[in-house]
Amino acid sequence: MQLDFSSDLSNVVKIIDTLKHKKGALLPILHQIQREIGYIPLKTIDTIAKKLQQTPAEIHGVISFYHQFRTSQPGEHKIQICRAEACQSRGSRGLEQHAKEHLDIEYRGTTADKKFSLDSVYCLGNCATGPNIRINDELYGRVSNEKFERLVSTFKTKAKGR
Amino acid sequence: MTIKMFIPRESTALSLGAHDVAQAVSDYSTQHKVELNLIRNGSRGMFWLEPMVEVETSKGRFAYGPVDVSDVPSIMTDITTNVLSKHTQAHSLALGLTEELAYLKKQTRLTFARAGITDPLSLSDYLALDGFTGLHKALAATSQEIVTTVVDSGLRGRGGAAFPTGIKWQTVHDAPSDKKYIVCNADEGDSGTFADRLVMECDPFMLIEGMIIAGLAVGADEGYIYLRSEYPVADEILQEAIVIATKEGYLGNNICGSGRTFNLEIRLGAEAYICGEETSLLESMEGKRGVVRFKPPLPAIEGFFGKPTVVNNVLSLSAIPYILSQGGQAYQQYGANRSRGTLPFQLAGNVKQGGLIELPFGSTLQSLLNDFSGGTQSERPIRAIQVGGPLGAYLPTSKFDIPLDYEAFTKASAVLGHGGIVIFDDTVDMLEQARFSMEFCVDESCGKCTPCRIGSTRGVEVIDRIKDDESRAENMILLSDLCETMINGSLCAMGSMTPIPVISAYKDFPEDFHLPSSNAVLEETNHG
Ligand SMILES: Cc1cc2nc3c(=O)[nH]c(=O)nc-3n(C[C@H](O)[C@H](O)[C@H](O)COP(=O)(O)O)c2cc1C
Ligand code: SF4
Ligand code: FES
Repeated sequence: MQLDFSSDLSNVVKIIDTLKHKKGALLPILHQIQREIGYIPLKTIDTIAKKLQQTPAEIHGVISFYHQFRTSQPGEHKIQICRAEACQSRGSRGLEQHAKEHLDIEYRGTTADKKFSLDSVYCLGNCATGPNIRINDELYGRVSNEKFERLVSTFKTKAKGR
Repeated sequence: MTIKMFIPRESTALSLGAHDVAQAVSDYSTQHKVELNLIRNGSRGMFWLEPMVEVETSKGRFAYGPVDVSDVPSIMTDITTNVLSKHTQAHSLALGLTEELAYLKKQTRLTFARAGITDPLSLSDYLALDGFTGLHKALAATSQEIVTTVVDSGLRGRGGAAFPTGIKWQTVHDAPSDKKYIVCNADEGDSGTFADRLVMECDPFMLIEGMIIAGLAVGADEGYIYLRSEYPVADEILQEAIVIATKEGYLGNNICGSGRTFNLEIRLGAEAYICGEETSLLESMEGKRGVVRFKPPLPAIEGFFGKPTVVNNVLSLSAIPYILSQGGQAYQQYGANRSRGTLPFQLAGNVKQGGLIELPFGSTLQSLLNDFSGGTQSERPIRAIQVGGPLGAYLPTSKFDIPLDYEAFTKASAVLGHGGIVIFDDTVDMLEQARFSMEFCVDESCGKCTPCRIGSTRGVEVIDRIKDDESRAENMILLSDLCETMINGSLCAMGSMTPIPVISAYKDFPEDFHLPSSNAVLEETNHG
């Protein structure tokens, strides 16, 4: 189930109010919004800017700098494939190809049924047992094409992950 | 009788099913009415054996690995019928006594002495194995005495630049200011590295202790761990460790009853490699885009919000408790030339026995491969090894005898960096690897300087043309000029070191660029 915050910014206001006393509070705030909503809706930017006494352009600039932050709704489960060197040496280039074909999307895409988003990541710190993928907050090692398909079908029936 | 068993809660073990194995063990013990004390420990860093399951006996811990859920019943039978009564094992996954495993016995574990042995969140485990003895010594010393001990240890920064830690601390110590900070760089972005993660997941109190000591040394009462968000397990364990350390009076406003203050907080990164660069990291912590700052001023003079700040890598800070407890000399006696102490090497990529290998500086890649690797996973010959992360050179087999110390690597136009060693077999296409280095720089450049931002994009295009055999000779010259421009015109190592893997690829593996092995054009360029 997706939460709809289009009419209600009160949760975002609450997040900002709990975190804004921190030194350099913007990243903790963006993380918390994305954790709770799944992304950073564009309409929250004005609120964040006002509360932190910054311009919306500044907030935008920060969001766009970091690969992790997104301003559009992702799929229910977020799949990331490691494409860094140590995983390449264990076959991740083939896995990337297979994953894109299997899900029928490219990187930064979301499947038509809104179940999965696919992204790349540079290193998950599991470099001796690749190829590696991350699904939501779980890490999976030695991911063959078959293991990938198995994981996808398991997650298909699971409720929304974070 | 209670059976005491250990199953790691560390990321690699979890990624290979450790939670399911732990569940199966605990279900088995319920069904068979076996009294079980199951400890979720850290990992010893022998990753091909994960999930590794251990059982405690009066003769030491016996190990099994790699364990699958389906192996659990037969392992439990082996434990009850053989291990506990006779101290023997008769199972196909039996590894014998953990401490006797050659992979561990050949190492010198100073920083990783406790990893995998203890429950990472057990303060009593930590205290039983020398934990916080360094802190107590530091509390009894003057700040200058602490700094001097670190200078004497010869410790150099483990984040990549190898700057002497003691000198950095002295600078912050001497900077007059009402406020100073300790920042731990836990961004660990280099492919092929996981030592920082292992510290945080397997022995978090050691990092906390190192940071408190740093605070006492320079007069800082506030610390931050800038942790990459790719490490959710480390985040969870560190958060808990900070809560425990605060509750037990190691953190907070009265450290061990001394009246001294140190508070610690975790800040998460957001998937940006450049934020591992210390000034980009500080910008990010201040809530900004991670654009690299000009130096000077050094962070030691004007760091977090303009205040004197120690920025140190996880491993640098984690070496501190040992140094304080055993003395600078004890640490200094290990190593080679100007590289003192130990480096936790990380053996990764296409390798059978990948893992954490802590050794004194001065060994060679070849002997490390012989002693630990077990060959490639694919069982094909090794063709190239990238040492020191994505900005490090690809070494051909002829260079495997370079001593593993900072200066020897620099002399060979290579990088030791954070100690990551990534193995490739003979199916690797070095032109593709060079292209990837440029592409990585396109994705991860902070955008401040043109040679890095635009140069890397041009680099990808030029390499594509070489691949397609379009005016190959001219494009090779273009590529080499481009590398030169990036080396000379970039503000930080992201731009100035991206050419290192690229140049090593076309110089040491010219055949992948369809070049004759002795290429006159290239031999004149890029410093011969
Ligand atoms: C592009 C780039 C990425 C870096 N990434 C890291 C990193 O992930 N972790 C780290 O400790 N140092 C990293 N560094 C080095 C830091 O700038 C800095 O030298 C280090 O944190 C200082 O700590 P140390 O003296 O303990 O090594 C990076 C440097 C550059 C140029
Ligand atoms: S070299 Fe690249 S990453 Fe470094 S400051 Fe310049 S643009 Fe930024
Ligand atoms: S390179 Fe893929 S996990 Fe490190």
